[in-house]
Amino acid sequence: MIYFDNSATTKPYREVLDSYVKVAGEYYGNPSSLHSYGGQAEKLLSHAREQIAKLLGVKASEIYFTSGGTESNNLAIKGTALTYHNRGRHIITTSVEHPSVSDAMEQLELQGFEITYLPVDEAGRISVSAVERAIRKDTILVSVMHVNNEVGTIQPIKEIGTMLSRYPSILYHVDAVQAVGKVPIHIAENHIDLLSISGHKFHGLKGTGALFLREGVRLTPLFNGGQQEKNIRSGTENVPGVVAMAKALRLTMNKSETGIAEMRNIQRLLRSGLSCIEDIQINTPIENAAPHILNFSLRGIRSEVFIHSLEQQGIYVSTTSACSSKRKSASKTLLAMGVSEELAESGIRISLSLENNEDEARIVLEAIKKTVNQLRKVMKP
Amino acid sequence: MNYDRILIRYGEISTKGRNRKKFVDKLRKSVRIALSPFPNVKIEASHDRMYVLLNGENGIEIIEKLKHIFGIQSFSPAIKVRKDMDELKQSSLDLVSSLYREGQTFKVTTKRSDKTFELNTDETNHTIGGHLLQNIPGIKVDVKHPDINLRVEVRKEAIYLSCQTIQGAGGLPLGSSGKAMLMLSGGIDSPVAGFLSMKRGLEIEAVHFFSPPFTSERAKEKVIDLTKKLAGIYGSSVTLHIVPFTEVQQAIRDQVPENYTMTSTRRMMLRITDALRNKREALAIITGESLGQVASQTLESMFAINEVTNTPIIRPLISMDKNDIIKIAHSIDTLEISNRPYEDCCTIFVPASPKTRPKREKVIQYESFFDFEPLIQEAVEKVETMVIQPNREHHQEFEDLF
Repeated sequence: MIYFDNSATTKPYREVLDSYVKVAGEYYGNPSSLHSYGGQAEKLLSHAREQIAKLLGVKASEIYFTSGGTESNNLAIKGTALTYHNRGRHIITTSVEHPSVSDAMEQLELQGFEITYLPVDEAGRISVSAVERAIRKDTILVSVMHVNNEVGTIQPIKEIGTMLSRYPSILYHVDAVQAVGKVPIHIAENHIDLLSISGHKFHGLKGTGALFLREGVRLTPLFNGGQQEKNIRSGTENVPGVVAMAKALRLTMNKSETGIAEMRNIQRLLRSGLSCIEDIQINTPIENAAPHILNFSLRGIRSEVFIHSLEQQGIYVSTTSACSSKRKSASKTLLAMGVSEELAESGIRISLSLENNEDEARIVLEAIKKTVNQLRKVMKP
Repeated sequence: MNYDRILIRYGEISTKGRNRKKFVDKLRKSVRIALSPFPNVKIEASHDRMYVLLNGENGIEIIEKLKHIFGIQSFSPAIKVRKDMDELKQSSLDLVSSLYREGQTFKVTTKRSDKTFELNTDETNHTIGGHLLQNIPGIKVDVKHPDINLRVEVRKEAIYLSCQTIQGAGGLPLGSSGKAMLMLSGGIDSPVAGFLSMKRGLEIEAVHFFSPPFTSERAKEKVIDLTKKLAGIYGSSVTLHIVPFTEVQQAIRDQVPENYTMTSTRRMMLRITDALRNKREALAIITGESLGQVASQTLESMFAINEVTNTPIIRPLISMDKNDIIKIAHSIDTLEISNRPYEDCCTIFVPASPKTRPKREKVIQYESFFDFEPLIQEAVEKVETMVIQPNREHHQEFEDLF
């Protein structure tokens, strides 16, 4: 089996699962309980918080645990909107965000907020000057994804942050779910106020995530209850999941330096191999792209059929993103990049992890060539 | 232009006369501990300056470390130049042009401790200034508010050039003022008192009173975490004494009228701390008391409590407002730990209405019906002493989980 769908989710590391099982089985105390058994769980929680903060280069008190990327994004966006709506009701984002951002924005629109969705160029990138032009007196938040989940484009996070540092009343949220372990993340240097990560995208477990919230920024909670996570996110802490995420992040960061170079090599190999195939258009840009995603469109072949015939050969890839593939529509990102509707409907995404190798890429290339030839006989008139 | 060294100015140490050598040695030790992650760094100390030779190590990270070391007045990244006019001019030009942006002004400040140098101070200023004016188009002189202040220090062995002066943490080098015991409750104030004492060069050993089952393991954890933060400031380990206090507290409750238990408790704590101080050969006791903050911290209370010892009691916070204390607690990163909600030995036995103006004679009288000394001796003997390392996790059993 060759798993090339790592932007949908990654395989948890063995060591990460071991930690999860041990903590879930042996340290099941509630961190809020006063007895020493609760104390142990709390210690695990705060150790995990410190480790994650250190790996991200921030303070432990700035890390809040959530159930994943979707919750982190919702909390960041709606939490800021609810807190700062008296300051203004205008938010700037891009037209290629993950639904956990774009749908949250749409919900806010119903509540009377105004949202500016910035267009992207053919590489899927927004421009810093467009962000600055969109700024109004009542702008309270700019939310931009670090790495696009469908095509892998890296947004100008640093440049936007530098520009926004001249507008101290505007908060800056970065959805870094696809960036962890793949692209260096510099929170302080890039003037980021809020940043979302998700455990299962870097070999942790589903249901774990975190939001970085810069010291001094207030947020209205979405969940009310036992006041966990300094009342920003109530709900009994997922201690085993959080410990597992801390370990996964450490292992991922340790491997990422050599791993990024390795993924780049695989990506290059796939790109040159695919571009030789007739009727394939590669959508992932060469410049400013993450090393782990390669998106392409197949002219005249329905992507669903293509996915299933690769699957029969033990190869797992994806049509656009896993989340939006349920919506059965053309890729939003590809359309925003100006790709024709026909090609946007037949987008295929290959996504790598630190665990893939070049041999796998060669096998996949051969399989794709074979499959395209076979399908063309059937599907083309 | 790359700096190859950092020049450190001592400030207050320079005035310390004969003790100076001891101070410089202590500072050198602090710098060495703080810079231990950078193995190639070399430290050269003389009687009025210290140089950190970078030898290729990361200057920016080293500057961050130096900012927190007590006993450093200020420091400057610098370049060493041979005492040769041409080389001096060329290096000055390289340095200033690397910093210069259009429209900026500069001045040259020469300090000449080597009076045998061929040019005097003014001549040096003029020669270098002239060279810069000729070679950097657009640059102007402004001696009052220059954007770039090129400092030229002419010393016996060489000339040092620098353009930037970074404020140090001030204070005195750690350990240069001797050792004292810090009464560490777990609240906001005592870690701040510890920090301020350390800033004045004191080495500290922390003392915490632990009354199981009235106070929990988690209150103890809290104190360990606070000590860890102080150890982080120190750059090396800090000793923490955990005093088993339950029996003493119970005896107080049996012997002393309720509204005087708090006063008496404080007196016993002080007696135990003093005994520990004697054992550990320290010379003072530090507390986080701030005048009038709570019942035990009125002048009358202090008068009644302090009677048990004539050891110097250092109260760095005595005249500080709570808000200012909180600010410091925040800056040294102890506030959040202190705010954890566990009971400590100061809060658990607080009577409903403690005496804010206890009488010394009365408390002496109440305590006179019972001999506390054996209990105090026992508590001192049963003290649990731990050595707390900075940034190191104490729970090795968890290590494989992370």
